[in-house]
Amino acid sequence: MDYILSVVTLAAINMVAVLGLAVFTGFTGLFSFGHAAFVGVGAYASAILTYYYYVPFFAALAAGSVAAALVSLVIGIPTLRAKLRSDYFAIAILGFGEALRVILENLDITNGARGLPGIDQFTTLPIVLACLAFSVWITRNFLRSRYGAACIAIREDPVAAEMAGIDLFRTRLLSLVLSAFLCGLSGGLLAHFLSFIQPVMFTLVQSTQLLAAVIAGGMGSVTGPLIASFLFIVLPEALRVANMWRLVAYGLMLVLIMIYRPQGIMGYQELPDLFRRKVSAK
Amino acid sequence: MTGLLEIESLTKDFGGIRAVDSLTFRVREGGITGIIGPNGAGKTTVFNLITGVYRPTTGDIRLEGVSAVGKRPDRIVALGIARTFQNIRLFNRQTCIENVMTPLLQRAECPLFSALLRMPRARSVERETREKAMRLLAAMGIEAYADARASTLPYGLQRKLEIARALAAEPKLLLLDEPAAGMNPEETRSLADLIVRVHDEFGVSILLIEHHMDLVMNICSSVVVMNFGALLAQGRPDEIRTDERVIRAYLGKKKRERTAAEGEESHAGACR
Repeated sequence: MDYILSVVTLAAINMVAVLGLAVFTGFTGLFSFGHAAFVGVGAYASAILTYYYYVPFFAALAAGSVAAALVSLVIGIPTLRAKLRSDYFAIAILGFGEALRVILENLDITNGARGLPGIDQFTTLPIVLACLAFSVWITRNFLRSRYGAACIAIREDPVAAEMAGIDLFRTRLLSLVLSAFLCGLSGGLLAHFLSFIQPVMFTLVQSTQLLAAVIAGGMGSVTGPLIASFLFIVLPEALRVANMWRLVAYGLMLVLIMIYRPQGIMGYQELPDLFRRKVSAK
Repeated sequence: MTGLLEIESLTKDFGGIRAVDSLTFRVREGGITGIIGPNGAGKTTVFNLITGVYRPTTGDIRLEGVSAVGKRPDRIVALGIARTFQNIRLFNRQTCIENVMTPLLQRAECPLFSALLRMPRARSVERETREKAMRLLAAMGIEAYADARASTLPYGLQRKLEIARALAAEPKLLLLDEPAAGMNPEETRSLADLIVRVHDEFGVSILLIEHHMDLVMNICSSVVVMNFGALLAQGRPDEIRTDERVIRAYLGKKKRERTAAEGEESHAGACR
C-alpha cells in the first residue's frame, strides 16, 4: 500500500513539473531541454531553507518556486530578447541546465555531488494533490487570459501575433517564468518527499523525460501531458514484474504513441472536449 | 491635405537590391487608398516597413505625426495600424472567435495577478471580449463559424476572418495585402462591397495592395502606383487610368497583357 501511495505521489509531483513545461512548450511553442534544472533549483532552494534555516515547509516551497522563476530570468532575458529560433533556444537552455547542475555539484551549501541527505519528509499525498490542483487552476486561468492567448498566438504564428499587438519577448519570458515556477514547486515537493536530493537527479535525461511527456501527451493540451506523465511514472513501476524488459516497454510505448498519434494523446485538445463533442454530435 | 499616414523618402535596401526607393506618399484620413504596381515593385515591402517587420534604410513613416520608424510591431499596432497578410496568417489551431479575441484581449486592461487568480475583473474582461469578438465576426458574416478552427474555414472566409482579426486591434489605418488574391470575379465583387462596408461602419481608413484593377478602380478614392520601388504616380482612379506613365509601366499597352497578368495572379492563388 505504501509503495502504491509513493508511486502515485511521485507521479503527481512529476505532473506539476510537466504542467509547467506544457505551458512553455505546448502552448508557447518553444522547446526546452533544460527544465529539469528549474526542478533542481526549486528542490535545493526549498531543501536548504528547511534543512539549514528551519523555515516552515510551505514558505520554503513558495521560496523554491520563486527561486526557480528568478533563475529562469537569467537564461530567458538574453536568449528570448535575441528572438532565438525555437531549435537554437532549445540548445541554449540545454547548456544552461547543465551549467546549473555543475554549479549545484560544486557549492558547499548543496553538499556537492554527494547530495543533501536527511531533508524532513514534509510532503504527503494530500499536499501534493492540493499543489497539483492549484497548479492546474493557475495554468487554466493563465491560458484563458490575455497572456495565455498571446502565448498561443505566438506558437501559431509569431509574425501575425506581433500584428495582433503582442510583445513577443515579454510574452515568451512570462511563459518561461511561469513554467519555471511550477517546475520549482515540483522540485520542492520532490525534495521533501524523497528526503534526499542529488545533482544527478536534475540532468538532461530528466529534462528529456519532461519534454517527452509534453509531446506524447499532446502539444497545446493541459490534460494530455498530465495523463502522459502519470503513465510514464506508473507504467514502468507496474511493469516491474517484467524485470529487464520494463524499460524496453517504456521506450516502446513512446515510439508507438509517436507513430500512431504524432499529435500526442490529446493533441491540441482537452479531455473534457472529447465528451462535449460526443454530446453535441447526438 | 491632412495625412493620416505620411511616408517620406522611404528607402529599403536588401543587400545590393533597393526594394523601396525614396518613396513619398500620403494617405488621407477617411479614404480607401490603393497601392498598385507590377510584381516585385516593392508593395508588400512597404507594408512590412510600415508595420515594423523591416526597418527602413532611410526615410520616415509617420502616423498622425508620430514616427513609427524603429518601433516594434506591437507598438505600431498600438499607434493604430493593423494589417492582413498576402498569404493568410491566422492562428490556425484556434477557433475563429479566439482568433478575434486575441488582439481584443491585448487591449483590455487585466493585470497578471488578477488573471492568474481569475478574479471578477478577469471574468468580466473575458465576457466583454467574447461579445465584442462575436459582433466583429457577425460584421464579417462568419459568426456561424465562431467555434470552428480557423484552418477548417474555406479560403474566402479565412480572408474575412483575417480582416475581422485586424479590426479587433481597433486600428485607425487598416492595411490589406492583396485581399482578393485567388478569388474569382464574383468573390472579388463581394469582397469589394465588404471592404467599403468595413470602411463606412468602422470609420477606418484603408490602404490596400491589389492586382484586381476593377476592385481598385471601383472602391479606392486615391491610388498610389509603384514601379521598381519608387513612386510612379498618385491620384484619383480616373487620373491613374489615363496616366501615360502608368499605362506604359503597368496596365500594359494592350488589354491582352493585362489579362495575362491577372491569369498569373489567380494561378498563384490556386497554388497556395
